Amino acid sequence: MTVLAEPKSDVIAAAAADTGVDFSLTEDQELLRDEVRRFAEQRIRPGVAERDREHRFPLDVFQEMGEMGLLGMLVPEEYGGAGTDTLSYLLAIEEVARVDPAVAVTMSVTNSVCCWPIVRFGSEALKRKVLPALAAGQTLGGFGLTEPGAGSDAGSLKTTARRDGAAGDHWILNGEKAWITNAGFAGWYVVVARTNPEAGKRGLSAFVVPGDAPGFSVGQPEEKLGLRSSRTAQIYFTDCRVPAENLLGEEGQGLKIALATLGHSRLGIAAQSVGIHQRALELAVAYAKDRVQFGVPIADHQAIQFKIAQIATELAAARALTHGAGAAEHTSQAGRLAAQAKVYASEAANRACWESLQIHGGNGFHEDYEISRLYRDVRVTTIYEGTSEMQRLVIARSLLAR
Amino acid sequence: MKIELTEEQKLLQETVRRFADEVVRPRAKEIDETGEFPRSFFDQAGELGLAGVAMPEEYGGAGMDTISYCVVIEEISRACATSGVILSVNNSLVCDPLLKFGTEEQKQEFLTPLAAGRKLGCFALTEPGAGSDPAGLRTTARRDGDDYVLDGNKVFITNGTDADVALVFASVDMALKHKGITCFIVPADTPGYSHGTHEFKLGVNASGTTELAFENLRVPAKWRLGGEGDGFKVAMATLDGGRIGIAAQAIGIAQAAFEEALAYSQQREQFNQHLSDFQAIQFYLADMATELDAARLLTWKAAWTKENARRYTLEAAQAKLFASEMAQRVTNKALQIHGGYGYTKEYNVERYFRDARITEIYEGTSEIQKMVIADWVLNKA
Repeated sequence: MTVLAEPKSDVIAAAAADTGVDFSLTEDQELLRDEVRRFAEQRIRPGVAERDREHRFPLDVFQEMGEMGLLGMLVPEEYGGAGTDTLSYLLAIEEVARVDPAVAVTMSVTNSVCCWPIVRFGSEALKRKVLPALAAGQTLGGFGLTEPGAGSDAGSLKTTARRDGAAGDHWILNGEKAWITNAGFAGWYVVVARTNPEAGKRGLSAFVVPGDAPGFSVGQPEEKLGLRSSRTAQIYFTDCRVPAENLLGEEGQGLKIALATLGHSRLGIAAQSVGIHQRALELAVAYAKDRVQFGVPIADHQAIQFKIAQIATELAAARALTHGAGAAEHTSQAGRLAAQAKVYASEAANRACWESLQIHGGNGFHEDYEISRLYRDVRVTTIYEGTSEMQRLVIARSLLAR
Repeated sequence: MKIELTEEQKLLQETVRRFADEVVRPRAKEIDETGEFPRSFFDQAGELGLAGVAMPEEYGGAGMDTISYCVVIEEISRACATSGVILSVNNSLVCDPLLKFGTEEQKQEFLTPLAAGRKLGCFALTEPGAGSDPAGLRTTARRDGDDYVLDGNKVFITNGTDADVALVFASVDMALKHKGITCFIVPADTPGYSHGTHEFKLGVNASGTTELAFENLRVPAKWRLGGEGDGFKVAMATLDGGRIGIAAQAIGIAQAAFEEALAYSQQREQFNQHLSDFQAIQFYLADMATELDAARLLTWKAAWTKENARRYTLEAAQAKLFASEMAQRVTNKALQIHGGYGYTKEYNVERYFRDARITEIYEGTSEIQKMVIADWVLNKA
């Protein structure tokens, strides 16, 4: 089954451009959003609370998502992907995150920080080797940038890679990476390592490391506050051998590739945040209409109404920023717009979950209520793939450079 | 989805920005201090087609779309918030309902000169005892042959000191509450019509805000806008559009404050470095830019929804709520970045800070916007 329609023709695109500012979705985009929503409700929602409680990674769900084309959405069709536009991709993430943010992060990581840099920077041979299996969901993707001592300051990472072999036909990697989403389940990892200790930030290079490479190993799953059914662990390289052709881009381009990748992927996290925010609103509305106190549904109390109005307004703002940044991905302002979408959407979603839980009162603090899980899950959105603080630096640098 | 302006809209933006910078901005400080209504600004704006931006050309307007209208109000307000609200009221609160609810004769007689900027309009709904709750208004309209006779008082009427035409809301039967409210088009030279003088306010000081009084004022029945009892509906529909204008005004004020704070932070040195080198200041600027963009997108979305002939009550309320509160935060941060200088009249930011405050109040307070939004989300979504 595939729900991903053909990209619209240039003629239609040109005609649509004449209307200027336009907030409509194309028919294909609406179709996709509805289809993913249906899929998420029918196939992802069952068992979501249990998976969270048991920290169980839903491989079966990802297999189905792969068959639907949801794991290689931005991969061109010639490499087995769905070849959709960025906004369609963001809509899909939003719908999945609305039901299970933990599934959404695996989806975002595979699409945005594994497939995307390979499509963008990989050699033809590498693309043919790696992308079809990722796009089809036969395996998942990972991304190894962060280290125990290198978080926001990614340029200071210590993992090394040196050329080896008769004709320099492979690289030897040594080091460790922390907080790796999909660790152990991913067939391929985009990994950034230091290839020239003298060259500082220009001494980093990116590699595509197979999950079964000799010298590659995975640590124990981390116990996390939220996103418990997603897998996060350290990965280790001990004289890990990677074929020379798995170098992504050129030697020395590692930081550039990593930053470009994060520049793109923060849109995925913005969309994940919007999906969580949407659900927090839905839960607040349903609970407020149902719960009776002082003889009336609490939705009749103005204090509750105003909280709901605020959640809904910030949702509209977060969605507009996120969709807008997605639609403007190829403009000169793309980096700033994506950072703005990420910082605003993630912080707004955190506020929304906080208020939605408050509306739920004591029940919101109970595991039986979905908002308690969302409240934990949403917390990381202001942290991973660039903290709020890093987003603000990106935005400020762009403003001050004008 | 597309968030870029068309070439025509960009051209409009450049033209209006030039007009605003060259003609409007130089007088902004002075009229803020004196409170003198800038009638010549309105006349010039009218010549440029800015008095009825989205009105059809056949009725004297510029025939543009609602997003262009947002661009106009933002650019004018970026130079002078007072001038922004004068235009917003004429466009949104006077021309818009005349186009939507007026008879052909009314459009010819009133809309055409108003949209062309040959006449200035005002919107007379609020009364001393009827602000957020306009259904409680007490101005009366008594039918007398072919006329209505109006008696009552209005307050806080923008453009009131200079308006040539007023849209007046009055009740034909107080017992009917909001169902008795009826709208009338009243030329200001009608006997029995009087207005107060300039009132000093915290901000948007030269917008001609004043009281109106009607004493035995005769209006021909043919100048009734809509049917008897339709007034409340006319007012609510009109305010939906007005909120888009005020959102755009708030964005213009905040944009000016942001630009000046950005420039100031790159000039001012403390601790041997520019303010913009401090992370705390950088983060202020990042948040200001982010919220400005969010507000602009919400406002354009409301305009786009209106343009596509859909109900846009929710979108307009969200845009107005978000943009006005954004403007409050952004002007406050801009003043903070300017430090003590920002508190003086030497710089513009104190004016922006004062001007922004009203956007959270007029054309529906933030609290009214939240009531509207909650009603939609809880009951109509």
